[in-house]
Amino acid sequence: MKRPKKKVYATCGFNTISLGTGRREFHPKKPRPGLEYYIQEAGKGVIAQMNDPENIDEGVIGNFMAARFNKQGNLAALIPTIHPSLEFKPHTRVEGACGSGGLALLTSVKSIASELSDVVLTIGVEVQNTYKAIYGADILGGAGHYLSQRKNGHAYFFPGQFSDRAGACYDKFGYEHMRKGMACWYKQAVENARRNPKAQEYHNTAEDLFALGMTPPNPKVFVDHLNVYDCSKVSDGASALLFCSEEGLKKIGIDKKDAIEVVGFGIAVADVTKLPEDLTIMDTTKKAVEKAYNMSGLGPQDIGVLELHDCFTIGGILALEATGFCKYGEASGFVQDGKTNFNSEISTNSTGGLIGFGHYTGGTGVRQAADCVHQLTEKAGNCQVKLNPDKPYALMISMGGNDRTVTAMIFRRAE
Amino acid sequence: MDFDQRLHNVTIIGAAGKMGSGISLLLAAEMAKAKNRPENKGSSYRLNLIDIKDEAMDGLWNYMQAQLTKIGEKSTVFLRDMYKNRENLVENFDIIPQFVSDALSVIRMGTDLNMAKNSKVIFEAVLENKDLKVDLLKKLDSLCPDDTLYLTNTSSIPINVLNDEANLGGRIIGFHFYNPPVVQRLAELISCDKTTSELKEFSNELAKRLRKVIVPANDIAGFIGNGHFLRDGLYAISEAKRLAGDFTLAGGIYVMDKVSRDLLVRPMGIFQLIDYVGVDVYQCISETVDSYIEGEDLKDDLLQKMVDKKVLGGQMADGSQKDGFLKYEKGRPAGVYDLDKSEYKMFDPDGWSGEVDRKLGEYPDGFYPWRKLLIDLKKNDKLSGFFNNLKSTDTLGAKLALAYLKNSKEIGQKLVDSKVANSAEDVNAVLLNGFYHLYGPINNYI
Ligand SMILES: NC(=O)c1ccc[n+]([C@@H]2O[C@H](COP(=O)([O-])OP(=O)(O)OC[C@H]3O[C@@H](n4cnc5c(N)ncnc54)[C@H](O)[C@@H]3O)[C@@H](O)[C@H]2O)c1
Repeated sequence: MKRPKKKVYATCGFNTISLGTGRREFHPKKPRPGLEYYIQEAGKGVIAQMNDPENIDEGVIGNFMAARFNKQGNLAALIPTIHPSLEFKPHTRVEGACGSGGLALLTSVKSIASELSDVVLTIGVEVQNTYKAIYGADILGGAGHYLSQRKNGHAYFFPGQFSDRAGACYDKFGYEHMRKGMACWYKQAVENARRNPKAQEYHNTAEDLFALGMTPPNPKVFVDHLNVYDCSKVSDGASALLFCSEEGLKKIGIDKKDAIEVVGFGIAVADVTKLPEDLTIMDTTKKAVEKAYNMSGLGPQDIGVLELHDCFTIGGILALEATGFCKYGEASGFVQDGKTNFNSEISTNSTGGLIGFGHYTGGTGVRQAADCVHQLTEKAGNCQVKLNPDKPYALMISMGGNDRTVTAMIFRRAE
Repeated sequence: MDFDQRLHNVTIIGAAGKMGSGISLLLAAEMAKAKNRPENKGSSYRLNLIDIKDEAMDGLWNYMQAQLTKIGEKSTVFLRDMYKNRENLVENFDIIPQFVSDALSVIRMGTDLNMAKNSKVIFEAVLENKDLKVDLLKKLDSLCPDDTLYLTNTSSIPINVLNDEANLGGRIIGFHFYNPPVVQRLAELISCDKTTSELKEFSNELAKRLRKVIVPANDIAGFIGNGHFLRDGLYAISEAKRLAGDFTLAGGIYVMDKVSRDLLVRPMGIFQLIDYVGVDVYQCISETVDSYIEGEDLKDDLLQKMVDKKVLGGQMADGSQKDGFLKYEKGRPAGVYDLDKSEYKMFDPDGWSGEVDRKLGEYPDGFYPWRKLLIDLKKNDKLSGFFNNLKSTDTLGAKLALAYLKNSKEIGQKLVDSKVANSAEDVNAVLLNGFYHLYGPINNYI
């Protein structure tokens, strides 16, 4: 895609709590808020930060599988439930599996860039605790190719897919070496989440996180090469933010210092009927990031805030290589050396990431963008990383399926 | 006759009871799996569930359906493989209900003993009453083939007594599940001198298929699990009575429950465990074991008094705890029964129970509740550290706990010395697997 002629800004990010096992208020047998609640909560959280919601021109909502998790389609038509001023406005729902959030961002950016709208309300939502994990696994399995992959896939389909990736990495780089990196990733995710009151692992008090992360995988009860700590959990939640043109920012009364600017993006979509050629590489992610780097003229050396799609620890590690922060085969060591920790070489997933914060699948991409707004405008509270003036950019990756539908976006604080 | 042939027709007597329903569930699941093995294609499987309580049958059916679903949800990895050649079964959403229906389809339910007449294996799980069990076993033996095997779930009646009185010629074994049989990993296997080797082999194979940890126990009333539990509980009762002077009897019960749970780092206190099992069931075990064991008093009048007042514990239909020695709120002890007043004395942290807690003293350093240590990879070190601190702590709580630990160890040792258990490891295995203790009673901590 070509670089937009107009500047595109993002602002007013808001995340709900990521609800699911691990949160004290979560009880699998008690009634919980539904899809509508989360959409409204996130939308209202944004509206509270702007002036008149009448200034919102359109809405975009990213969601993966509400049709199965909540038996609800037509999600764009839930946007007007947020505020009366949103009634009869043009709203769109987009879907790209766990990368739906990324597509929602991209769709919003397109609207601003094309000058069709000045202010877009972008939402991402998923409410997944409606089914036990064993059935949720079927529903999420829709991110792969049902006809050719589901029958022979694992009971836990996606953990099975990433287990195969982990297994391939064990063969190539050694089990101990990989497992240690994955355990360190888990430890970092929970430690970051403990600073974030909205994170699913906020209440996690386990003492020895590394030891838990080192738990040997047990194929009898789960998948061959991953343990449960390697996986993001089942989450309910939503996120939202605004994309605006320069005029849009003025209209809604937001100062530029409270906004970030989209300086580059890239999207790459791979054939879902095929499996990755080399399981140790995330080549679609690589393509998407290269496009974003090319559009912005930037590279990893310019990035100070990194948001990776770590639905599994191994996914986070492979994404470090795909985004160019490490060479092939070196990411596990990089993580073990603490280089991705909070306020270290490259602060990664500082609010917890998918494993620590939670992963309301179709909403995660929007959550990442909202967190980039918070970080770059220095409103991230306890999760705020020290911003290095030499590396003023944030990069985020939103991934759907097994490295199939990937959006990369690069931001910096607006000026 | 090999194992698989026997499995084609099985009967559970007392199927609507706590243990019977659980055993039924395990067998139905196992038979569904057997039915789906390629080599068994087309052959029929029957599981006859018999109970005198006709009205309990609807509940049993619903229970089986709900629990089989849970079993299916927990073994989906296995089931996907089992159904791999069934093109139409793709998602877990397809596979789990298929398994449930395969399992339910082997079941026939009824009140008529004649249903058992073609069974080659019979599980007996009726009330703990020797005469009833003997009577049923005799009737069944006259109905069923001559080589039918009998597995009894008795908690306390010696197997040789059942064998001799029902005249089974060694075709009986004690296959003692723990409650609930689906969850508990442990089964004690009790042979009498005449138990046939075929039955022993069958039982071992069955345990293996059901993925149970088998601990062999010798044919002495109470066996290992109840042998320990009974004496452990009677000790707590005697201590509670001794403490009654300072604390009242209710206070003494409160103290011993708390000490046995917290300072012994067990999943529940001893009185809560008695309530869980049922005060009447515990009383019955006590009477039975007492009648077979000489030179030891294994009864206590307090139990009879509770039973007389109909304060019995046990579980509601939904599995929640009924009030017994203790009163429960949201599954947690919240009061203790006062026999004199025939009412519960609620815990009062600002009043009497707070006062008792202060007298027990602070817990020694290194204390962690059972639940925390259960998942702790360094639990043995932590337990060792805690028990060391306990030994050097001069509080009433620590002293009571230490004496309790010593008594529990003595009970365990006695089970070995009197040849109930073959080894200390076996005693420990029962307490670890059947009672979810974090450490065996025969240990080096004290
Ligand atoms: N509850 C436990 O914790 C536990 C643990 C291990 C072993 N056991 C033993 O298992 C056996 C059953 O105990 P339970 O706790 O399940 O008791 P229970 O009272 O829950 O069940 C007994 C069942 O037997 C049925 N029954 C009674 N007479 C019958 C007859 N003539 N024909 C057919 N059915 C009849 C009853 O209707 C009832 O459903 C006992 O021997 C007990 O000692 C119990």
